[in-house]
Amino acid sequence: MSSTGAGYDVSPTTFSPDGRLFQVEYAGKAVENSGTAIGLKCKDGVILAVENLMLSKLLVSNSNRRTYNVGSHISIAVAGLVSDGRQVVNRAREEAENYKDNYGSDMPPTILADRLAQFVHYFTLNYSLRPFGASVLIAGHDAFTDSIELNVIEPSGVAYKFFGAALGKGRQGAKTEIEKLKLTETTCDDAVKEMAKILHKLHDESKDKPFELEMAWVTAANGYKAQRVPRDIV
Amino acid sequence: MAMPSTSLEHSMGLKPGEVATGTTIMAVEFDGGVVLGADSRTSTGTYVANRVSDKLTALHHHIYCCRSGSAADTQALADYVRYFLASHAIDLGRTPAVYTAAKLMSTLIYRNKDNLLAGVIIGGWDPKDGGQVYTVTLGGTLQRQKFSIGGSGSTYIYGHVDEAFKENMTREECQNFVKKAISHAMARDGSSGGVIRMVTIDKSGVSREFIPGDKLPYGP
Repeated sequence: MSSTGAGYDVSPTTFSPDGRLFQVEYAGKAVENSGTAIGLKCKDGVILAVENLMLSKLLVSNSNRRTYNVGSHISIAVAGLVSDGRQVVNRAREEAENYKDNYGSDMPPTILADRLAQFVHYFTLNYSLRPFGASVLIAGHDAFTDSIELNVIEPSGVAYKFFGAALGKGRQGAKTEIEKLKLTETTCDDAVKEMAKILHKLHDESKDKPFELEMAWVTAANGYKAQRVPRDIV
Repeated sequence: MAMPSTSLEHSMGLKPGEVATGTTIMAVEFDGGVVLGADSRTSTGTYVANRVSDKLTALHHHIYCCRSGSAADTQALADYVRYFLASHAIDLGRTPAVYTAAKLMSTLIYRNKDNLLAGVIIGGWDPKDGGQVYTVTLGGTLQRQKFSIGGSGSTYIYGHVDEAFKENMTREECQNFVKKAISHAMARDGSSGGVIRMVTIDKSGVSREFIPGDKLPYGP
């Protein structure tokens, strides 16, 4: 990197002379090195899939999850440092609960994404804080407009809306594979298989640690209830 | 300037000098919209402080409320709900749900019920659930109803509305239902009177109607 170091990379509050925030970029690196996570917005729902790398053969299977439900109709997948991501998930659950208490309806996923982006961004503004080394994929359903949504929040605190998104080690390969799919015509049942194929294809048996496939979805068939894709399908 | 307090004001739970909308209000759902109506009398005891008051207050473009109880309390509540809804609509980037307005109102009333005298009916239209009527009681209970009546004058017309209400009335039938019921309440209730103000809300927008005191469908 051109201007790494030189004292401009120790605090997220100091810009480098060419206008970059290195701490935020390093947080992005933590996400890039994580197991791949992909999200697809299909015809009848949204699916999240993560390549959950097993750190040890002694780990109990399915014990360290990377997908979380927020409220009844939103699912979040974490890429990067899982502990940092869980901080975002906890905040998401708080926001969703407060929203329902105040306004009487479930929180639209895009509103949640905006609020979470503000939260994440706050950690890039103060010298006593560090940015989150995690990005999250947010899959959800908005009951008022009857629309499904896929949002991504990056460590910088920006939120994007996607048809298909990929984070982590295999993101480049995953994106090219996702672009080949006809998302508006694909159903969730078919997309589950495609996503499993993508994650297996990008996984290098010889180099990478073994992984568990973890999936969550918000689909019309399940009344847009956020849930993990059942084990027998995965 | 505080009015001399009367036993009537105390029996209504008002503070000395407080103005009450001793009132008749109602709202009815129809397919695709809602009709709200109210009399126009504001009184302090037996004195009519305002004979042409407007008890139908806008909370958002497609959401109104009918106010009964203390005029000061219900105006302040409507101001708060209007403010919360406005900022919520900006957050959402779309029109808020009628239920959201009702929920905000009921929470405010429930949390402050010891200091408030407010009975509110919320009526409005939204693209998901169409025309809706919600009642918030003095205690803060929130419930959706096909139609709702409120205020001191409503006690005189329960028999009439239970008899006259039909399911699936048209917009015009609902308007006539409201006019007739409120007229009867105004005739019997000493704290209701003046004119009838009516608001009809549907997908196309809001329309107001004014029925002068000498053009009521029933009256002395």
